[in-house]
Amino acid sequence: MSDSKTADRVPPPLAGAGRQQVRDRAAAYLLSRHHFRWSEALPWIAAIAAFFLFPDRMTFGSQVVIMIIFALSLDLILGYAGIVTLGHAAFFGIGAYTVGLGAARLGWSEPISGLVAAALASALVGFISGWFLLRYRGLTLLMLTLATAIMLQETGNLRSDFSGGYDGLPGLEFKPLFGVFDYDLYGHTYYLYALAVLAIVFYGVRRIVYSPFGQALTGIRENVKRMHAIGSPVHWRLVTVYTIAAGIAGIAGALFTQTNAYVTLTVFDFDNSAKVMVMLILGGTGRLYGAFLGATVYMVLEDHLSKMSPTFWQFGIGLMLVLAVLFARRGVLGLFEDIGQYFKRSRS
Amino acid sequence: MPHFAIIAVSILFDGLAYAMFLFITSVGLSITMGLMGFVNLAHGAFAMAGGYIVVTLTRNFGIGFVPSLAIAAVSVGAISVVFERGLYRKLYKATDLEQVLLTIGLAFMAIATATYLYGPIPKSVPLPDWLQGDINLGFRSFPSYRAFLIALGVVLISVLWYAFERTNIGAKIRAAVDNRRMAESVGINVDLLFTLTFAVGSGLAALGGGLAIQLFGLSPSFAVLYLVLFLIVVAVGGLGSLKGTLLAALVIGIIDTGGKYLLAEAGGFFIYAITVAVLLVKPAGFYGRE
Repeated sequence: MSDSKTADRVPPPLAGAGRQQVRDRAAAYLLSRHHFRWSEALPWIAAIAAFFLFPDRMTFGSQVVIMIIFALSLDLILGYAGIVTLGHAAFFGIGAYTVGLGAARLGWSEPISGLVAAALASALVGFISGWFLLRYRGLTLLMLTLATAIMLQETGNLRSDFSGGYDGLPGLEFKPLFGVFDYDLYGHTYYLYALAVLAIVFYGVRRIVYSPFGQALTGIRENVKRMHAIGSPVHWRLVTVYTIAAGIAGIAGALFTQTNAYVTLTVFDFDNSAKVMVMLILGGTGRLYGAFLGATVYMVLEDHLSKMSPTFWQFGIGLMLVLAVLFARRGVLGLFEDIGQYFKRSRS
Repeated sequence: MPHFAIIAVSILFDGLAYAMFLFITSVGLSITMGLMGFVNLAHGAFAMAGGYIVVTLTRNFGIGFVPSLAIAAVSVGAISVVFERGLYRKLYKATDLEQVLLTIGLAFMAIATATYLYGPIPKSVPLPDWLQGDINLGFRSFPSYRAFLIALGVVLISVLWYAFERTNIGAKIRAAVDNRRMAESVGINVDLLFTLTFAVGSGLAALGGGLAIQLFGLSPSFAVLYLVLFLIVVAVGGLGSLKGTLLAALVIGIIDTGGKYLLAEAGGFFIYAITVAVLLVKPAGFYGRE
């Protein structure tokens, strides 16, 4: 992941500049990254356009938006902090079950407070597991994250009297949004609801990524020894971002339960962890909008191809992954960038 | 004989058979990961390929079960060299993530191919007469297939132990696992050594896949379903350690079997709890190097 991104390039230090000047420049650079660029409006325009173009596919649309939120949370830890995990579905599942169990067992069917509760519950699990697990790297970390997700799944199965087991919790009912907007058959309300949540989450993630804290995460990803050497509290930073990402994944899971009105233990599956990783890789890691593109492309392809032939679709994902690793390590967005660079160079 | 003793003996016997399957299938993964630090999530796919070769040879060509196992092991070992030379080699210096993605991609492709060729329904394999039925040991009878598995495991462990600890190639492998650069600078061809161990490891995985058919049935999801177990054995045992892999296979095999006998509702919970406990205390596994 040593490839530097053009947008993140720090200006070269001034010769003979004073300490204060250097600091001012660094601060100005960090601030400048927060400015919105015009191209950043494109995904949002596309999302609104989809609402008017495909009014009868909005149930599917809200699933895409949910996966974007999930992929965005993974981007925060995988793309920015460089934590490779095989168990991100654990937090999606905790969020999904917080809302599901709340509605089924406690009659807590107010959607927005449910979303907040789900975020807090998964953030708590993220904090506890992250505190223990993020000391490790490589295969050990992969196995520990994977084992965490499966243990949660097995715990749910063990108490199937309470959790519903693999049969799940079907037919959940949620109150209208703000007590006003009820859910319609075509999922219009859900789509706008999920999109609004995505916008809020995205604003938060964008702020985090461009903050000095986000810069420290990139530093940990690129060279953890050097970050230790300059006195950065590496473990604490990783736990913080892991907790935040877990909370966001929990929100995605909660939306999943609310929009589908059911949830089963399969949300904890390894497949779910692998799927979100594939989406992010396809779009491009560590670039915010990679999650948007990857999740959309994946979901649309899956929707079309898996109906035609699930076997063919699975082969296709495998082939895409192999090709992505061999030829397009920075995802589709990275590929676009490379092509753009190529044309710029050939023109000059 | 008291009731609990019978249960204990049954757990030990079934657990031992299960452990032998885990050891045979995982040992290659452990050594290759120890040598190159390569995260190979396609290992389960090699095991699955071995299983389907055994199914085809016994069902369609009428070849005996044991010769089919041998053919499957040798042919998968040979095919794996193509993958190692053609694909894996490019990614030895890449990040964990890239290795994970490439090999998960290969595993998905293998599962899809197997589904296309054999369908999603689990396959079984015809066994010779001497592997069916039970062996009576007086107080209890044991299925002879599991006894065969344990015997085969013991033989393989002895052969591998001898090759690893007493031969020249074994010494070179141990040297390369210990310190790859040093081994290279004293003239050991680690690349060639790796190709060799990769081929042997994949062949053993194929053998394990063939042996697993009778235990669990063989369906395309085998490649991912049991991969998690192989990785756990490797991680708990410690990368590149024969001793560690054996110990981990025994611990996981016996405890999982015990859990299923005594508390079936818990499913695989015990395995994962043990994995987490061991790795939290010893992050590099029983015999791994920190």
